[in-house]
Amino acid sequence: MEFRQHTLDNGLEIVAECNDDAHSMGIGFFVRTGARDETDEVAGVSHFLEHMVFKGTPRRSADDVNREFDEIGAHYNAYTSEEATVYYASVLPECQEASVDILADILRPSLREDDFAMEKKVILEEIQMYADQPPFGMDDRIKELHYGDHPLSRSVLGTVESVGALTADQMRTYFESRYSPGNIVVAAAGRVDFDELIKQVGQRCDAWTPHDTPRTTTRPKSYNAFECVTRESSTQQYILQLADGPAAEDADRYAAKILATILGDDSGSRMYWDLVDPGLVETASLGHYEYQGAGMLFTWVSCAPEDAAENYMRIREILRTAEQSGFEAKELQQAQSKVKARVVLGSERPRNRLFNVGGNWMQRREYRSVATDVAAVDALTLDDIHAVLAKYPLTKATTVTIGPLSEFAAG
Amino acid sequence: MPASSALHDRPAHVHQFDNGLVLLAEPIPSMQSAALTLMTPCGYSTEPADRLGLSGMVCDMVLRGAGERDSRALINDLENLGVERGEAVGASQSSFSGATLAENLPEALSIFADIVRRPHLPNDQVEAARQVCLQEIHGVDDDPGQQVMIELRRRSYPEPWGRPSHGEEEGVLAVTAAEIKRHWALHYRPNGAILGVAGDIEWERLRDRVEELFGDWPSVPVQPTVERTPATTSPHIAFDSNQCHIGIAYPSTPYKDPNYIQAWAAVGILSGGMSSRLFTEVREKRGLCYTVNASLQTQRERARVLCYAGTTAERAQETLDVTYAELVRLGEGVEQAELDRLKARIKSSLIMQQESTSARSSAIARDWFHLGRVRTLDEVSQLVDDLTAESINAYLRDQPPRDFTFATLGPTPLQIPN
Repeated sequence: MEFRQHTLDNGLEIVAECNDDAHSMGIGFFVRTGARDETDEVAGVSHFLEHMVFKGTPRRSADDVNREFDEIGAHYNAYTSEEATVYYASVLPECQEASVDILADILRPSLREDDFAMEKKVILEEIQMYADQPPFGMDDRIKELHYGDHPLSRSVLGTVESVGALTADQMRTYFESRYSPGNIVVAAAGRVDFDELIKQVGQRCDAWTPHDTPRTTTRPKSYNAFECVTRESSTQQYILQLADGPAAEDADRYAAKILATILGDDSGSRMYWDLVDPGLVETASLGHYEYQGAGMLFTWVSCAPEDAAENYMRIREILRTAEQSGFEAKELQQAQSKVKARVVLGSERPRNRLFNVGGNWMQRREYRSVATDVAAVDALTLDDIHAVLAKYPLTKATTVTIGPLSEFAAG
Repeated sequence: MPASSALHDRPAHVHQFDNGLVLLAEPIPSMQSAALTLMTPCGYSTEPADRLGLSGMVCDMVLRGAGERDSRALINDLENLGVERGEAVGASQSSFSGATLAENLPEALSIFADIVRRPHLPNDQVEAARQVCLQEIHGVDDDPGQQVMIELRRRSYPEPWGRPSHGEEEGVLAVTAAEIKRHWALHYRPNGAILGVAGDIEWERLRDRVEELFGDWPSVPVQPTVERTPATTSPHIAFDSNQCHIGIAYPSTPYKDPNYIQAWAAVGILSGGMSSRLFTEVREKRGLCYTVNASLQTQRERARVLCYAGTTAERAQETLDVTYAELVRLGEGVEQAELDRLKARIKSSLIMQQESTSARSSAIARDWFHLGRVRTLDEVSQLVDDLTAESINAYLRDQPPRDFTFATLGPTPLQIPN
């Protein structure tokens, strides 16, 4: 296992964790852009652009892109978040150059008008699909309430109106402003030939012209609100809670992950024993998500509407008890065992390591091996967990509930 | 310079104990982990028709204390061993799976032995288990895509093979503590059970350990399953949603049939990568939907191709018509270029499967369940190499997609093709 790094003259960075024992490799182009880099006029453009990137280039039609990826047996996709757009493929080592050739080419898309019009229909379908699924858009709503007008509150999908009104010209302008080589990291993991990778990426990306890609990363001021949204056609009631947590650059993010595991992992946590095991809820979980300048501790509960108010109180009680009395050593050890095993099991697949290697470099320009991550988890003490909870009290949260209830008695 | 990737030919070790339990193992010394898949013949097909969901309740109950551990100690000890676990109830089996660091496997195995052989099935936990199962059923009520596929399976398979795996509210409400104990006693048994293990393990030691833990598990006589045609229902479910959800099924070839590989390849061409027919025709060319796919789902004696598309109501009829036309057109045959792309995808999938001990432990257990033997990855690779456009087309001439079943869910009913 060896970490390698190289930067092209135009600022594009290439990083890889090379493992000669792997059978396959994962490669991805990680672009530092997402919903937080948009304005109201172009809300949803990052995600729409992610789709358009697969629609072809001067030398490839949309059909060519799909066909050529399939011809090399690639498992490929892309995703867009609040702050990153990632294009990736898992391939056999002998397809390294072919995968670089397609990925590098599509990162300079044609954005043709007719493709734009056709793909807009698909995006609008995607928005409608999510509108029909829990939590029915409330994941966006809770960020708005919690972060106000901070860029992190922006919706990744956008709305039917904002996407409907987007023009191909607006997308081109956004593309030009964000897809600068200095704003892109090419990451790879698994059986990678790094010397060849430098050449392969260099040949195809050296001519990309760099320019500034500013981003606002001020820490958001957060608010605490409560909102009940009625949706009569739902069967279950959903409760979402958002509290502040450590950001991507904060050293206590590992403590936050263990905190979330002890309190709200999907098995063996306090929420599991108090709510899931007795069958009081369908799900109750707590997760930690990290962004530049902000972290989110996100609680998610779904249950029968008639039990929702009581379950809400139970959750508050779990959080209050934790804040007042802390945790036991055996809870910490159990969470550590679980998280360490997950890290090791997950690392056996190059495609999983890809997101770790690429994500760490994007967020912190840092490489972390599996051993480093395991050691960081091992080193945590109860004091670390208690400190993070004291700094980021989970009871200081924004709550949104959606379901058949017209009012919600939140004592 | 990386060499060309390859499949490692690792024949699985097989041992059948006197009580019928089959142990399969694929040692993968380059891994740090080991994974197990334990299947016991307690599928949803074994449930009495008025107790749908009973197998799911038993599956939940066996984790509520077993051997010398109570409910909490059981889960906590598995977590302290770092076991990532999962349970699932299928048509013929309840499956328990776990993956962890290889050195923890022997201890994890002894807990799984307790779970299936010595569960406490405590009376005071039955209500909690019932609530957990009801929560799962109600969760699906807010997931229209999943609902339409449940309805499609119910309409397409003969009873009891198309039941929802988590059962139905009435059945779960009716289950008693005594029924849970009886169902467990009948269907958690070594005859028909399969234990697949893959990862950094040593065969002789594993076999001895399993002999110790499972060798004296007494076998139980098998109950016959009675098949019936499904009750006639309307293909449309009215539902207040933005999108209309469309399901189409047709009978196909099960895994154990030598022609399975032809059927599987045909479906791969219909819906594999993004250059597959459904994705190209329904999404890329017409922008009709975000999600459209088809997959071949096999049981031991029967299989179905299940196809799904979700789209806004006003474009639902066109989506249904275009999707259906593609299923019919598949019967006219496939082209060499489509097959070449599919082979590339399958080959890389097979090689990447070696990177997951969980994938291998479930693959070898599945092979045994369907075939009574385990195929090596080399053997599968050879079958794929032998595929030709002619062989697939000969299969499709003989068994074109036909005898379709439909299910739709959304604000307005659709015109179902004849």
